[in-house]
Amino acid sequence: MNAGVLALDGVKIVEFGGYAAGPHVGKMLANFGATVVHVESMSRPDGFRMQYPPYKDDKPGINSGGCFTYFNDSKYGVTIDLKNPEGRKLARKLADWCDIVIENMRPGVIDRLGLGFEELRKSNPGLIMLSTCNMGQTGPRADTPGFGSQLSALAGFCGLTGAKDGPPMLLYGPYIDYVASTLGATAVLAALERRQRTGNGAYLDVSQYECGLLFLAGSLLEYHTSGKIAERAENDDPDAAPHGTYACLGEGWIALSCWSSEEFARLCGAIDRADLGRDPALATLAGRKAAAARINDALNAWTRDREAHEAARMLQAAGVHTHAVNSVADLFTDPQLIARRQWSRRRHPVIGDQAYCAPAFELSETPGDVTASGPVLGADNERVFRDFLGMSEDEFNAVRAQGAMD
Amino acid sequence: MEPMLRGGVVLDCTGRLGWLAGRLLADLGADVTRFEADGADVSSAEWHALNVNKRLVRADLTVPGGRRMLEQLVAAADILIATPEAGSEEAFDHGRLSGINPRLIVVAITPFGLTGPKADWLASDIEIMAAGGAMSLAGEPDGAPLRVSAPQSYAWAGAQAAVGALTALAARWRTGRGQLVDVSAQAAVITALSHAPTFVDISGITPTRAGAYMTGRSVTGANYRVFWPCRDGFINFILYGGAAGRRTNEQLVAWMRERGFDLGPLGDIDWARFTPTRASQAEVDSMELPIGRFIGSLTKREFLEEAHRREMLGYPVSNTADIAADPQLEARGFWQDLPGPDGTERHCGCFVVVDGVRPPLVRPADDTGKIRRQARET
Repeated sequence: MNAGVLALDGVKIVEFGGYAAGPHVGKMLANFGATVVHVESMSRPDGFRMQYPPYKDDKPGINSGGCFTYFNDSKYGVTIDLKNPEGRKLARKLADWCDIVIENMRPGVIDRLGLGFEELRKSNPGLIMLSTCNMGQTGPRADTPGFGSQLSALAGFCGLTGAKDGPPMLLYGPYIDYVASTLGATAVLAALERRQRTGNGAYLDVSQYECGLLFLAGSLLEYHTSGKIAERAENDDPDAAPHGTYACLGEGWIALSCWSSEEFARLCGAIDRADLGRDPALATLAGRKAAAARINDALNAWTRDREAHEAARMLQAAGVHTHAVNSVADLFTDPQLIARRQWSRRRHPVIGDQAYCAPAFELSETPGDVTASGPVLGADNERVFRDFLGMSEDEFNAVRAQGAMD
Repeated sequence: MEPMLRGGVVLDCTGRLGWLAGRLLADLGADVTRFEADGADVSSAEWHALNVNKRLVRADLTVPGGRRMLEQLVAAADILIATPEAGSEEAFDHGRLSGINPRLIVVAITPFGLTGPKADWLASDIEIMAAGGAMSLAGEPDGAPLRVSAPQSYAWAGAQAAVGALTALAARWRTGRGQLVDVSAQAAVITALSHAPTFVDISGITPTRAGAYMTGRSVTGANYRVFWPCRDGFINFILYGGAAGRRTNEQLVAWMRERGFDLGPLGDIDWARFTPTRASQAEVDSMELPIGRFIGSLTKREFLEEAHRREMLGYPVSNTADIAADPQLEARGFWQDLPGPDGTERHCGCFVVVDGVRPPLVRPADDTGKIRRQARET
């Protein structure tokens, strides 16, 4: 636990929405000290709770899903029935209390609930609101519903993955959602910076599609400039040879690349094929690309009898770009990730101990932390509504009896 | 209203691993100065795309003169972003630079982070994608692990660096001091894996690559087809559950019926009760056969427009030409034209629309005299 100053101490965030694109923004900020309240309802819980495994003991349950908890650690969880007038009043109080609202409903839905930016800023003039959705709030297809796993195809990622003459390949999960959540976090933080300076709030309209395109900005500029359409190229790279993956002992693989003839010579020395390193035909990038089959044969002959992580250590020692292709399980045993405390185990009332992902960066003075497991549904109603919003016990009970927290 | 990061001074001393970080900060309104050594090649599309909107200064930061110039600029800067390598660590050392400006935030982006047993390991995009677990999840199940052909780990690292820089900026309001932001590209890639790590942690199952199929949605282990050949490429379509899945599936069946396609078992399914997490592989296969025949009769554009009209989930697999011609992006003013060495360059604009306005890109990407002249004229 971090006992010192938290980077985002005192920043209050309320999330309306679910799945990945909204909640992951809140998680990133919660890990640096923001107070984040995740709003669901009993009748419409976050879709990540029930629609996606894994579940504790393989039993789907509203509080047994690890997918939901993984993106909602370090937050408070409340239930509000937004279809109930009393529920909407409660949501409004929460929106008045906070600095930032994050929502990822379809465009127009939050307005129809009476929780749109223009409405909320009447009583909270410094409010920052992030609306994130597939296509953005405007445009001819603004109302398109969608999940990130499919949007990753529209935005070009799937078409750029795979062999040139083969089908496109899937990227795991809603890849583009995390591009948008990461960029969305920068937008929220930039808006906070302006608010600190000027007192002004902001309305941030994030299109997950457009965010994804920033990750392919070079390929898109290339097309606009020259008409050249980027194509999937398996693991090839125009500027390096060899450049690819090589099967090792068992199920393992290594990825490696050579960016100069000197590096190639070091590689050849390390795999006991100094003869290739001395071959003038292989001294240039073009020469090595032309002789790819011969080089790959030599590499495969060396890697197939070696354990991937050990092979990578040997080649790194020789000064060659290389790394084992970590399986997802390897991420929990990779000595580098262990040294940097990438995983924090926190106890959940139903799931038990679960590993949560720490931020991708360390701050030297105000480090981040995973402070709690993801909440069970409605776990923090009392804490949030009574302690944060200052409701009396009678008031809380009356509002609850009216179904506002259903 | 004024740009969100107006007044923020950023020094961008990065290599390829960090280019996006400064671009994002520039797009949000910071004044970003980009350093390149004399003679360094800045002609690639990649360089232009990710260094647009920054001021370019030619200086070799590895020689004493360049270092002195950088130190003078550091005195008035808020954020310095660097990708330290062997030999340049000292130039970007936070401890030393904070002696010049205690409010300076130093963002160091490296493949594995500044600490730990692999801190000095060499890695380019393919090794970082491998180290972060992403390659183990892309490719055919019995084939080689794959990366995305356009480098992604650099973008993940750059985006996380921007988050880190701005988190440190928020902290500075509280502490009055800058700090070191130590970004690991390997860790940044883990963000891209969605919830895959939870399968290892909770169920003891290691997710693997599934080719053109989606796994991890069924407790029976059934795989769902994702990519369907169509007349001019591929469509991404998945049988989802939930309210959105129900509408999509119902609309697909209605569409197929209108076109006179054989529905097979699809016609008898109550989509309100359909739960993808429980379907067996045989059930999935029998549902997918007639869908494949139908999608094979469509074009990408036809699917995009009709699926939108019917509020269905699913998208075509676009290439860069499809994206460039997408009316949605045009309508939102996503593309921004700026002068380039061979005429106009069309760039991806700022990723966020702020208060109803997309912040404009204000500087072209290159420093040639020709471009400077054009910029003055426009």
